Amino acid sequence: MLQKIQALGRIGLTFCSDLGRSGLFLSRTLVRRPRIAKSFPLLIEQIFAVGVLSLVIIVLSGLFIGMVVGLQGYHTLNKFGATQQLGQLIALSVVRELSPVITALLFAGRAGSALTAEIGLMKATEQLKSMEMMGVDPLWRIVSPRFWAGFITMPILSIIFSAVAIFGGYLVGVDWLGVDAGSFWSNMQSSVEFHADIINGIIKGIVFGFVCTWIAVFQGYDTVPTAEGIGRATTRTVVYSSLAVLGLDFVLTAVMMGGW
Amino acid sequence: MRERSIEIIVGLFMLAGVLALLILALKVSGLSNYVSTGGYTVTADFDNVGDLKVRAPVTMSGVKVGEVTGIGLNTTTFKAVVTMQINPDQNKIPTDSSASIYTQGLLGSNYVNLRPGFDDTYLKQGSVIHDTHPALILEDLIGQFLFSIKNSGSSNSSKSNT
Repeated sequence: MLQKIQALGRIGLTFCSDLGRSGLFLSRTLVRRPRIAKSFPLLIEQIFAVGVLSLVIIVLSGLFIGMVVGLQGYHTLNKFGATQQLGQLIALSVVRELSPVITALLFAGRAGSALTAEIGLMKATEQLKSMEMMGVDPLWRIVSPRFWAGFITMPILSIIFSAVAIFGGYLVGVDWLGVDAGSFWSNMQSSVEFHADIINGIIKGIVFGFVCTWIAVFQGYDTVPTAEGIGRATTRTVVYSSLAVLGLDFVLTAVMMGGW
Repeated sequence: MRERSIEIIVGLFMLAGVLALLILALKVSGLSNYVSTGGYTVTADFDNVGDLKVRAPVTMSGVKVGEVTGIGLNTTTFKAVVTMQINPDQNKIPTDSSASIYTQGLLGSNYVNLRPGFDDTYLKQGSVIHDTHPALILEDLIGQFLFSIKNSGSSNSSKSNT
């Protein structure tokens, strides 16, 4: 009995210390004298690796998500004879919810796991330590550009996802199922508000990008430097990122809908 | 060389993001409709505005000519004061036009409809529309309907008694 309570206590303590360490890690990564001229090429390279290379999967899944929402929405709205509202349905559900969440999940799977594995392998092969020996701060040279790259690209990917998904919905709704193009766009425009819907979707994208890259670089930096440890850290990145994204999405939606 | 091509590709990526945001802003949310194009404001006092919201369209024969910019309460007459901005090219609306609040479809949102009058003078900045028809409240309508049924029923029964 006492042992079980002890085990529970240990879990709690480990959780708190992990959280504290990741917070310290984040603050040491972010709070530093900016060296823009030197960090900029590193950042560009990482934006290429994290953002541009994720573009294909984001665009393809955005297109298919939009088409599926269009198809499903059409058949439901058709029962009420309200197929003109299809544009509104697609735009609101994509911009508010689907685009930030699905982009973040794909981002965690595509880019987050790669970040973790890369940094973890650098740690396992003692590249990070040798950098410290040479007087180069690995947090500045390795972690910081990756973190900023994820933070910057995630909202951009989410916006691109929205636009492509709405185009996919347009393809299915207007070109295939024959909804009137004029009412498709005008109903969409009258119901979607720039500040309430699109800006809030972008805010979600920014928050998810922050959380996903934070988890990814911390898991990589904190990994047990063995082959097994890297595997576990990569798994943890995807699991934690997905759970954090879904949980935070609920909280953010509650805050945004509740009118603060 | 490789450095340069990466920079170009990242630049294109950023441009794609900005372009997508522009599409969302202009095509999806119709932000351009909300950019104030000038025009003049007129007010109208309604007995009841129902579910009218700011930014609701102001139409004339079904064509949008402006939008509602403010809804307030006149504290002396206790009427709702609706401020409307009319597009600048619609400057030939007679002063004796009437304003009514309608509903789009059965479940749609409310909007203001202007019915033109016959006056030779036209509405201008700060004009007040005097002839107004309040929003139709469904509950009131049902109440009146039930009341009239009850009345007609009692008159029938009194007739049969006599």
